[in-house]
Amino acid sequence: MIVLRAITRDFVVGDQVVHALRDVDLEIGRGEHVSIMGPSGSGKSTLLNILGLLDRPTSGAYLLDGEDVTALDDTEQARARREKIGFVFQFFHLVPYLTAAENVELPLVLGGVAPAERRVRVDESLAAVGLTNRAHHRPEQLSGGQRQRVAIARATITSPTVLLADEPTGNLDRRSGGDVVAILEGLRARGITLVVVTHDPEIGERAERRIRMVDGRVAADVRGTPA
Amino acid sequence: MMLAMAIGVGSVVTLTSLGEAARRYVAAEFASLGTHLLIVMPGRTETTGAGPAMFVGDTPRDLTLEDALALARIPSVSRIAPLVMGAAPVSVGARQREVPVLGSTSELLDLRHWRMAQGSFLPPGDPQSARGVAVIGPKVREELFGPRSALGEWIRVGDRRFRVTGVLATAGRSIGLDVEELVILPVATAQELLNTPSLLRILVEVRSRDALPAAQREVRRVLTERHQGEEDVTVISQDAVLATFDRVLRTLTYTLAGVAGVSLAVAGILIMNVMLVAVAQRTPEIGLLKALGAPSSQVLRSFLTEAALLSSAGAVAGLVVGFGGNALIGRLYPALPLGAPAWAVVAAFGTAIATGLVFGALPARRAAHLDPVQALSRR
Repeated sequence: MIVLRAITRDFVVGDQVVHALRDVDLEIGRGEHVSIMGPSGSGKSTLLNILGLLDRPTSGAYLLDGEDVTALDDTEQARARREKIGFVFQFFHLVPYLTAAENVELPLVLGGVAPAERRVRVDESLAAVGLTNRAHHRPEQLSGGQRQRVAIARATITSPTVLLADEPTGNLDRRSGGDVVAILEGLRARGITLVVVTHDPEIGERAERRIRMVDGRVAADVRGTPA
Repeated sequence: MMLAMAIGVGSVVTLTSLGEAARRYVAAEFASLGTHLLIVMPGRTETTGAGPAMFVGDTPRDLTLEDALALARIPSVSRIAPLVMGAAPVSVGARQREVPVLGSTSELLDLRHWRMAQGSFLPPGDPQSARGVAVIGPKVREELFGPRSALGEWIRVGDRRFRVTGVLATAGRSIGLDVEELVILPVATAQELLNTPSLLRILVEVRSRDALPAAQREVRRVLTERHQGEEDVTVISQDAVLATFDRVLRTLTYTLAGVAGVSLAVAGILIMNVMLVAVAQRTPEIGLLKALGAPSSQVLRSFLTEAALLSSAGAVAGLVVGFGGNALIGRLYPALPLGAPAWAVVAAFGTAIATGLVFGALPARRAAHLDPVQALSRR
């Protein structure tokens, strides 16, 4: 359901051109669990941003569920981002002056969902990550692991088909990190496609498909039993 | 920033109120002089205006009492009053003052909408006969007679003696003449006393407003004829004078509004600065909103709305300040008919909102065009 064809992404830094992604071809099926690993500067975060429609490729095509999303205009891309894709960031990116529940309901507010329906879905989402009793706390009152769980609840509230995670445990201690990974993998039971960018091999090995990127290209694409 | 907006709106309201008040004040003063009035002055002036006659060309002939009486015979004229003016020492016993002396006829009282406090004005009758009666102003009475009644008493003006037949009532400030210090004598007597053969003015009352233009032409024709074909008089109507004043004061009001508008522009620039800073500070938040699926148009709209709301709040505060300022000035100067004109209030409010939108547009666009990835990576 995700098809990348000849994706190239160039950045102009000063007077130099950086080729972050060179001619990447990739296909990811529904329900797959994929990890993308590689050294710093290999382009893995850039790839994830393009998958998440946060960035546009310099050239190439990106088909999501059969639809060419690179050709969409800004409003339609925003809607696709909202409805089909969930993003979990390394630094959580919660709004500091909103409560956990309000953070989770943000995508629904942007989507124009009615307040009554929002409340129901937010409760469900928070329950799924085990934070019902923290619903009215602000991010500053939550631990790192709890914040990331709120972020996951937010990312899944619109029932997206793809969940993208960029170093989700990068800012967490081992135990919290383990909890988060468990939740993410638990989501696969709902049929969500999970793509995780990480430099932690332990996390990366848990995926059944491991892609390794070097210098803007796919260097390895291994399917095997997860560790 | 809202303070600046409030000051801007408030100053527009107060300044335009002041301008309007000045305009209305002058109009009211003119109304008290009557609107069917023509004023005839010796000498041609190139411009109409309430100033002393400026002499252009040959020496003009005197405006005589006979000229005035000729004008009274014009059908569309209801009344006339000749006017001479000078200054002379007035004394009662040992008390003496130098006062402005006016020479006129009985019609002057009504033409000028003056009132008597005591006694009666100059008696009607042949203006050409000199009489020994006088009408004095309230201040003159007070200074020369103290607590005594002035009616029937004798006063000395220059080298003549006059009997006081009446005391004028205070009329407030009037354009040109302040009744407080006047002594009014019959015109013929005044002419002799002041040694002025020429009248200063002739006030001509026309029967109706519609007859004004025709009467004006007729007056000019009669006087030109009497002056051997020379049109060496100026005939102006109160209307024209009032219109000039009105125009001048209106311009003044608009100018004041413009000046106040500048402060609104300053407020707008402040808004822009504040919002640019806000956008810079909220960059990660904007990036997040976009990452969560907010289209750029939504970001743009929400920032514009924010700018509009801020300016509205400031504008409302400004209206309160403006009306408060009016109330305060009204207390200090009750004579001024203060009231903010509706157009100024609407204009101020509208300009405030427009300023907010215009100056908020740049920051809003900047917010809308933020790249989500870069915005998020900024901490």
